[in-house]
Amino acid sequence: MAMATPAPVLRMSGIGKQFPGVRALDGVDLRLLPGEVHALMGENGAGKSTLIKVLTGVHQADEGAIELAGRSVAFGSPLEARQAGISTVYQEVNLCTNLSVAENILIGREPRRWGRIDWKRMRARARELLARLELDLDVSAPLSAYSLAIQQMVAIARALDVEARVLILDEPTSSLDADEVGQLFRVMRRLKDDGIAILFVSHFLDQVYEISDRMTILRNGRLVGEYPTRELSQVDLVAKMIGQELAALDRLHGEAAAFDRPLVEARELGRAGAIEPFTLTIHEGEVVGLAGLLGSGRTEVARLLFGADHAGGGRVAVGGAPASLRTPRAAMGHGIAFCSENRKADGLIPDLTVRENIILALQATRGWTRPVPREQQDELVERYVKALRISPPNPEHLVRDLSGGNQQKVLLARWLILEPRLLILDEPTRGIDVGAKTEIQRLVAELSGGGMAVLFISAELEEVLRLSHKVAVLRDRRLVAELPNGPELTTDVLMETIASGGRT
Amino acid sequence: MTTLSLGGGRAVPARYVPVLVTGCLFVAMFVVGGIRYEGFASGQVVLNVFIDNAFLLVVAVGMTFVILTGGIDLSVGSVVALSTMISASLMAGPGWPPYVVVPLVLLVGSGLGLLMGWLVHAFDIQPFIVTLAGMFLARGLCYTIGTESIPIEDATFTAFAQTRIDLFADLWISPSVVIAAVVVLAAAYVLHYTRLGRAVYATGGSEQSALLMGLPVGRTKVAVYTISGFCSALGGVLLSFYMLSGYGLHAVGMELDAIAAVVIGGTLLTGGTGFLFGTVLGVLVLGLIQTILSFEGTLSSWWTKIFIGLLLFAFILLQRLFSARRRP
Repeated sequence: MAMATPAPVLRMSGIGKQFPGVRALDGVDLRLLPGEVHALMGENGAGKSTLIKVLTGVHQADEGAIELAGRSVAFGSPLEARQAGISTVYQEVNLCTNLSVAENILIGREPRRWGRIDWKRMRARARELLARLELDLDVSAPLSAYSLAIQQMVAIARALDVEARVLILDEPTSSLDADEVGQLFRVMRRLKDDGIAILFVSHFLDQVYEISDRMTILRNGRLVGEYPTRELSQVDLVAKMIGQELAALDRLHGEAAAFDRPLVEARELGRAGAIEPFTLTIHEGEVVGLAGLLGSGRTEVARLLFGADHAGGGRVAVGGAPASLRTPRAAMGHGIAFCSENRKADGLIPDLTVRENIILALQATRGWTRPVPREQQDELVERYVKALRISPPNPEHLVRDLSGGNQQKVLLARWLILEPRLLILDEPTRGIDVGAKTEIQRLVAELSGGGMAVLFISAELEEVLRLSHKVAVLRDRRLVAELPNGPELTTDVLMETIASGGRT
Repeated sequence: MTTLSLGGGRAVPARYVPVLVTGCLFVAMFVVGGIRYEGFASGQVVLNVFIDNAFLLVVAVGMTFVILTGGIDLSVGSVVALSTMISASLMAGPGWPPYVVVPLVLLVGSGLGLLMGWLVHAFDIQPFIVTLAGMFLARGLCYTIGTESIPIEDATFTAFAQTRIDLFADLWISPSVVIAAVVVLAAAYVLHYTRLGRAVYATGGSEQSALLMGLPVGRTKVAVYTISGFCSALGGVLLSFYMLSGYGLHAVGMELDAIAAVVIGGTLLTGGTGFLFGTVLGVLVLGLIQTILSFEGTLSSWWTKIFIGLLLFAFILLQRLFSARRRP
């Protein structure tokens, strides 16, 4: 018995958008029904972000029409879209951390009395909205006092204050832990019951299946189709997203090989307030996974080994000889490369081309007096663009026009070109799609096969297990266990280790 | 949140600390001056600082708006000079009355600010370069009016300028101080209690975020340069009261004094953090340095610059330490 489908609150049809050199969207349709969570699915570069930006007035569509509640609309700015009832929470928290929590929720529509902002009512209203999210914060404290996860919730509280008919959540869960995700989903269900149409974007397939009623799939800027979530299996979904059957990826390594040539040995290395002293040996050709919860000290370990932070104590030996890794430059001199989790802030220069970005680190090691010959540049870049399948495969393309996953590949290429002995990858697959993820994982396996040591950090335990020869488990800024990978090591074992802190 | 606890166990939020430091510095300077020099520790010394720096205070208020958005306005000194020049020449030449001249001057200053703000916003140009152009333009315009100093002899104008407003117990202030105080209070109200003011802070915090939050970032940016232009023109009028002349070489380098006052007052040059009250303290500290040097008598006035330089270094370091500690 099919219920009559209510009229869509939002209908986008035939949306097309052209960027210099890229056709970002081509004839895409999307409809959102009131009281439904609608997942927008697609790989990186499929056009999800662009579609959302068109919907929220950040970009204007070149072709196509948008109808909101039956009326044709065109938004010239995010403000217009918001006033029409379309609220957005972006992937990266877009709030002003210098302002108070209350202001971040209500700025732009502060309660006023005779034109004067009524701070008392404003704080009360903010507390009310946060209470809907089951949050109790000091609303007059600056937002910078709170964690990223809380900031995300504040962003949602902000979106809720408007008489929202459409709520867009763009990767809201990428920085939240399981409890917080549960909290968010409770809120989403409540809003759904209020008749709000929610557009949800996430790379976590389980979450999509848990919360969404319907999904629209995009591929290469085109519409693949719209499906009720319960009628589409996960395998079919992935196949439609990447346009091919996904070869199930097993553990990429056989039995743990014997590694006998230590490359980097850290003894009692630590830094007060960041990570307790730890001892860790990474051998040539070995992939060492770092597992642990957000904030357990994963990134801190990486930063110490790369010299980005000063160690408070302990020693490091590289290739058997004592080494001082006091600056990233010194670490690079020892053949250590660090591909950080924050590709936007650290490293990529959006206004340079793919080629220039890739060649940057190599040029830096040579010094400016000895430019890398153009021919050699072209050859190197060509090779890596091909090997990493950077799309579009044009080295002269500006990096800013690339999707997140492809930007990540460019950053990776930059470090690979230096042929490091130890490659530190901090969340290289965060926020990128299944296809690119698989490629990066395969690449890691290949590199270690060629003798490169890899320190692999990821929040996804499956991924850590699949790739690593050895897993170091962190908890509360302490290295609590070092487990050789093998058939008996499962995600359950890892989770237990993290939970128990290695005391078994 | 980072807090410092003081003796009474009450915590002071980190964002108030720079202002507090400046406040303590002012008090300390006053106490040291009072111990060292006879006749220093009187209320009139503080009031004289206000009287001698009313124009700088008004200009610094405008600069605070601009710096809070993360911008900078280098044109203020030149606009001050242009204002004195226009005032003096219109009153001296055609003999226009002050109540026509002053509004006109304020209009010209606001117009210049509006133009610069619009250039910054519409063409997305660095404020530094736009206001640098504005600085040359306004200074140049002074010399098209005249290369010599023009005295102001308008009766109403000079009478107003020389008015003494008596307070209690032999203390007095000039009308300029009242005007500056009104400007400070109005500006503090705007910054704290109006949407424009909060948009100024948001824009300085993160322009991108402010835009995505649906705030009128462009309008805010144009507004702060207009306000700064208005304040510079008003500062020019107050300087005319003080100098009773118009001259193309008035207020040379005042943009830097204003920036120094704002920074010493605890406002971050990157924008988004700071209070107007801090700027008032910043101006007072600068003024008190001059007062101390004049009491000292033997030191050259260049020492003012040296002290301001040292203070700026100290405050920039202080800010750096705080922003470093605030990072989670």
